[in-house]
Amino acid sequence: MTTEGMTGLGFGHTENQKMVAQMAKDFAEKHIRPHVMEWDEAQIFPKSTMQEMGKLGLLGVLVPEEYGGAGLGYFEYITAIQEIAKVCSSVGLSMAAHNSLCTGHILQFGNEEQKKKWLPKLAVGEWIGAWGLTEANTGSDAMRMQCVANEDGDHYIINGTKNWITHGITGDVAVVLVRTGDLLDSNGITAIVVERGTPGFKGGKKENKLGMRASETAELIFEDCRVPKANVLGKVGEGFKQAMKILDGGRISIAALSLGIAKGSYEAALKYAKEREQFGQPIASFQAISFKLADMATRIEAAELLTYQAADLKMKHKPMTTESAMAKYYASEVCVYAATEAVQIFGGYGYTKDFPVEKFYRDSKLCTIGEGTSEIQKLVIARNILRD
Amino acid sequence: MKILVCISNVPDTTTKVTFTDNNTKFNAAGVQFIINPYDELALTRALEITEKQGGTVTAINVGLADAEPSIRKTLAIGANDAVRINAEPIDAYFVAEQIAAYAKSEQFDLILTGRESIDYNGGLVGGLLAEMLGIPSVNVITSIEVENGVATMERDIDGGKEKVSCKLPLVASAQKELTEPRIPNMRGIMAARTKPLKVVEVSGDLITSATVGFELPAAKGGVKLIPADQAEQLIELLHNEAKVI
Ligand SMILES: Cc1cc2nc3c(=O)[nH]c(=O)nc-3n(C[C@H](O)[C@H](O)[C@H](O)COP(=O)(O)OP(=O)(O)OC[C@H]3O[C@@H](n4cnc5c(N)ncnc54)[C@H](O)[C@@H]3O)c2cc1C
Repeated sequence: MTTEGMTGLGFGHTENQKMVAQMAKDFAEKHIRPHVMEWDEAQIFPKSTMQEMGKLGLLGVLVPEEYGGAGLGYFEYITAIQEIAKVCSSVGLSMAAHNSLCTGHILQFGNEEQKKKWLPKLAVGEWIGAWGLTEANTGSDAMRMQCVANEDGDHYIINGTKNWITHGITGDVAVVLVRTGDLLDSNGITAIVVERGTPGFKGGKKENKLGMRASETAELIFEDCRVPKANVLGKVGEGFKQAMKILDGGRISIAALSLGIAKGSYEAALKYAKEREQFGQPIASFQAISFKLADMATRIEAAELLTYQAADLKMKHKPMTTESAMAKYYASEVCVYAATEAVQIFGGYGYTKDFPVEKFYRDSKLCTIGEGTSEIQKLVIARNILRD
Repeated sequence: MKILVCISNVPDTTTKVTFTDNNTKFNAAGVQFIINPYDELALTRALEITEKQGGTVTAINVGLADAEPSIRKTLAIGANDAVRINAEPIDAYFVAEQIAAYAKSEQFDLILTGRESIDYNGGLVGGLLAEMLGIPSVNVITSIEVENGVATMERDIDGGKEKVSCKLPLVASAQKELTEPRIPNMRGIMAARTKPLKVVEVSGDLITSATVGFELPAAKGGVKLIPADQAEQLIELLHNEAKVI
């Protein structure tokens, strides 16, 4: 699938994007592909491979060069995520979380000193970043979070836990959303940076997951953890609003991740359908199979357009909450659809670990859950279209 | 240290090869082109040398504008500048002649090429180029170090290795083991947009050869699988059907 046909909308692949795509693909084929199933089976988070990606600029795609990043835009960013995800969706998810959430939050809301302190390490992958919003009892309803930070002189003392956090154990630094005000007060939440090694801060249980098994998902535990007030990003009480803005951008990256998985599934299914023969002919010649491929191709193309549209608005600093929710919602559902149909086209072989579609099928489901479920995306979209 | 690296733009290794014009022309429609893999090794080694001891690396290609993505990639990987001689690379003699004309005006200390291009596999440009420039050439090198104006190289020979030393300037062609290819980083990709890519028009006479026709190898036959415990059947088939024993 290409965006070649989209030049009319101004989303034709630029020379830059093509080079970035080739680079990410070359890297993934050489350094990720040989290990994919091993990492998946054993739930190994490949930190050193992530750090190699950092050297190529893949962990600081949107970070300006003055802070050690690649200084590129959203188009290059989503291009790179797709290519990585086609080979290993787990690494794609980790890349998206590192760039959009932790690094993105510091970039967007940190002051100059904070940006100088953390971005150069994050942008080159010397440090891996985590971002903690979700808790065991508060997922979609993040506003009710329980993790508290109480003032103590020029420090905050944090108590509580965060769950489902990507890089919760391995991450070298985390942006954490904590309660600094009353429950349900939208101005009662603050974003604060906590470095690994800070007394009272540790990683907890690592989740044993259906898919995305090479992307570490774990608990963050805070027990009387003292963090300097200088680590607060933006103003005290602005954390929730900041988090919603971060998720607006993050959703574009999950849409890109979804596209990578969907295209990986589609391309594998297309090839297989042409090669596999039953009843003396390639299975692609059965309308039942070719229509599946036609549906997959069409929906992927539509998802890609929505994703590029959201990225385009983001690059132009225009409002894009609705469009990014649409892109994330649609692309993630297409991703699950494409992976499911790909397994069907592969038949019994698709149900084994010898073919990549089995893994795509398991990995795809995360996309309709992480960074806001499909239901929550619809809630966001409905709220916006009803208000307008 | 001024190094020139010759780059050819070749079809991706996974290309399904077909021909047009009565089997005299490669059908490039829908084909993805890449930097010739051996040339990429030459480029990477050139960069390693100049990164260690200073200098510049220029990439040169004889080709039409459609080769520019590959040329830009050499800049993204790290070449300081690039030159494209604006002509279809008809044959090795023509390509070498064009590169020689450019190299004469620039005085390079070292010229690296790939051992061959993976499209037509001629393996001639390096040697022809050296001859035209009146300098030595060393073929198919697996390592190269440069010190005090002398290059020390290794090359595989039948059953062993040969060590060669040679005063600069010289032309050497890269074998697979020369180094590991480098994946450009994002900054390199950005920087490539503003690095100089000079387009030079063709000089000299056009003495070229012409391709009369290409032929693809015959399609491979099917495979017969014989269960491991039925050796007699295998012997039977090798004897009577394949007629090899
Ligand atoms: C692999 C993985 C990585 C993750 N990484 C991170 C991370 O790095 N940082 C982080 O902070 N979080 C992370 N998460 C958490 C993720 O964002 C949450 O799982 C997600 O927001 C959903 O929350 P929940 O799981 O608590 O589900 P719930 O909110 O409990 O939802 C359960 C179901 O109820 C539905 N639902 C809930 N509310 C409504 C409503 N109002 N209307 C209609 N339906 C509703 C949901 O759509 C869903 O179907 C990760 C999750 C996973 C699985």
